[in-house]
Amino acid sequence: MTRYLLRRLAGMIVVMFLVATIVFVIAHVIPGDPAAVMLGPAATAADVEALRERLGLDAPLPVQYVQFMDSVVHLRLGESIFLSRSVTQALAERAPLTIQLTVLAAGLATLIGVPIGVLSAVKRGGALDQGLTAAAMAGASLPSFWIGLTLIEYLSVRLHLLPVAGYGPPDASPLERLTYLIMPAIALGIPSSALIMRFTRTSMLDVLQEDYVRTARAKGLRPSTVIFKHAFRNARTSVLTVIGLTVAGLLGGAIVTETVFALPGVGNLVVSAVLRRDYPVIQGALLVISGVYVLINLGIDILYAVLDPRVRY
Amino acid sequence: MSDLALPAATRAPSASPALLLLRRLVRRRLVLISLFILLVMVVAAVGAPWLAPYSPRKMDIAHRLAAPSAAHWFGTDEFGRDVLTRCMYGARLSLTVGLLVVAVSLTLGTVLGVVSGYVRQLDGLLMRVTDALMAFPDILLAIALMAALGASLTDVVIALSTVYTPRVARVARGAVLVLRELQFIEAAEALGASSRRVIVVHLLPNLLSPLLVQGTFVFAFSILTEAALSFLGAGVPPTSATWGNMIATAQEYMQNADWLILAPGLCIVLTVLSLQAVGDGLRDALDPRLRRLT
Repeated sequence: MTRYLLRRLAGMIVVMFLVATIVFVIAHVIPGDPAAVMLGPAATAADVEALRERLGLDAPLPVQYVQFMDSVVHLRLGESIFLSRSVTQALAERAPLTIQLTVLAAGLATLIGVPIGVLSAVKRGGALDQGLTAAAMAGASLPSFWIGLTLIEYLSVRLHLLPVAGYGPPDASPLERLTYLIMPAIALGIPSSALIMRFTRTSMLDVLQEDYVRTARAKGLRPSTVIFKHAFRNARTSVLTVIGLTVAGLLGGAIVTETVFALPGVGNLVVSAVLRRDYPVIQGALLVISGVYVLINLGIDILYAVLDPRVRY
Repeated sequence: MSDLALPAATRAPSASPALLLLRRLVRRRLVLISLFILLVMVVAAVGAPWLAPYSPRKMDIAHRLAAPSAAHWFGTDEFGRDVLTRCMYGARLSLTVGLLVVAVSLTLGTVLGVVSGYVRQLDGLLMRVTDALMAFPDILLAIALMAALGASLTDVVIALSTVYTPRVARVARGAVLVLRELQFIEAAEALGASSRRVIVVHLLPNLLSPLLVQGTFVFAFSILTEAALSFLGAGVPPTSATWGNMIATAQEYMQNADWLILAPGLCIVLTVLSLQAVGDGLRDALDPRLRRLT
């Protein structure tokens, strides 16, 4: 186990090194001069040149690459061009909202996806199964921003059930805040719940085929005992994996959802940074989000090894 | 999802595979309906200049934001343009993007996957690079690339292909690794076939089915991601009527004219849903193990 962990950690460092390299490449093919963007249209050529020099943008690319990697290793993400604060600070301020939204959406997706997936597997081939499978496929085909807009239109604008968008007044209580997150969590969670449902169904189908399940049935156990105590326990590990992957995928979905609902989270930060060409923020957000993604995946693998004694390394 | 596509690779297609496959596909009602919807979409897209009831640019301010009626099935937008017509022209763009992304990412992904599965020395490096590319959420990598590339249709295709090529490469490599261990490959190698011959004659035909399945999913995802890019303002310029752009501009008017977001939304959902259903159907039809199961 320790050896496995060490090997995985080493692999993760290699991947993060490549991730940082990709981020560097993307940031350096972005057209336009960061120095010119920072100083605005009124700047003189000399000012721009001076700033380029100060930022190290006049150095040859390999030198810039080494400097970039050096700051990444020391977790220095630089200063935002437009927000008058460091990238780390901007990300830290916005992270709690995105984490809440992601957790809520993942919880919702699990609560919907797992029971329906089990039900569908148990009733496989029947009308209910076909209906649920088709519904799941439809759910996975809905663009989350479209779900969001439709929810806003019908639940907020027409029925006044929930706040339209935003995150409430600055003095709003946590409970009040939560009402602002309900629709975003639904919009973000529905496509994922479809994915979880389909995966749960497949793993349950696999397990239900196994001999020991037949044995359990043959010895006269109640169907519910067979399904929950015998079958689901073994399907659990792979279901957990897909839930983990979903959480990672939700990080991307949050970018769109936060824009739809005007929520001041990390996703919103990224979109405005891209539209304004705020290079340091784009770089920092790419690094941090992919870092979290890689960590989540590592966590899933470790959990998998812990939960499933059959997995040997 | 990609993992589920794998087992199909381990089995060589049986006699007259194309016909058998088609028969097996059509037997499922959902797949048949989906194929029909896709056909309608393609006809609407290709035939838009002749079939569309209006010109996509013809403005009619007197009838702006008109609700769906016999004259305008999907209503009109803020300039009085016919929404059905714009959806048809939108299909041209959205389907073109999807098809091009499928073509590029399947080609590149297959090459990378085969190289990775066949040349042991490159496998580690290539797979770590795909890991790194897959460490970014789809949409995040896509908008970052769009910021770097520009805003043309070609840029969207390049960005989305970069996002989906690693996924295809993964599937192709997995299938190659399984196939390599099978006896017919071993036999070919033992008979002295060159690597090139083994790859072209024995490997690639067997990769076809998992790649076909993967292709339909890449098609579906790239339509969704393209729509999201347009919506975020990082896709093709808002003047082009892609489905995503139509939804993005409709936001302002949705209180008085909800058909403006419902119509393009429905186009996206129907297309993506059909693609996924066909992909699922293909996977099941190609996999004898699953056929027994369901």
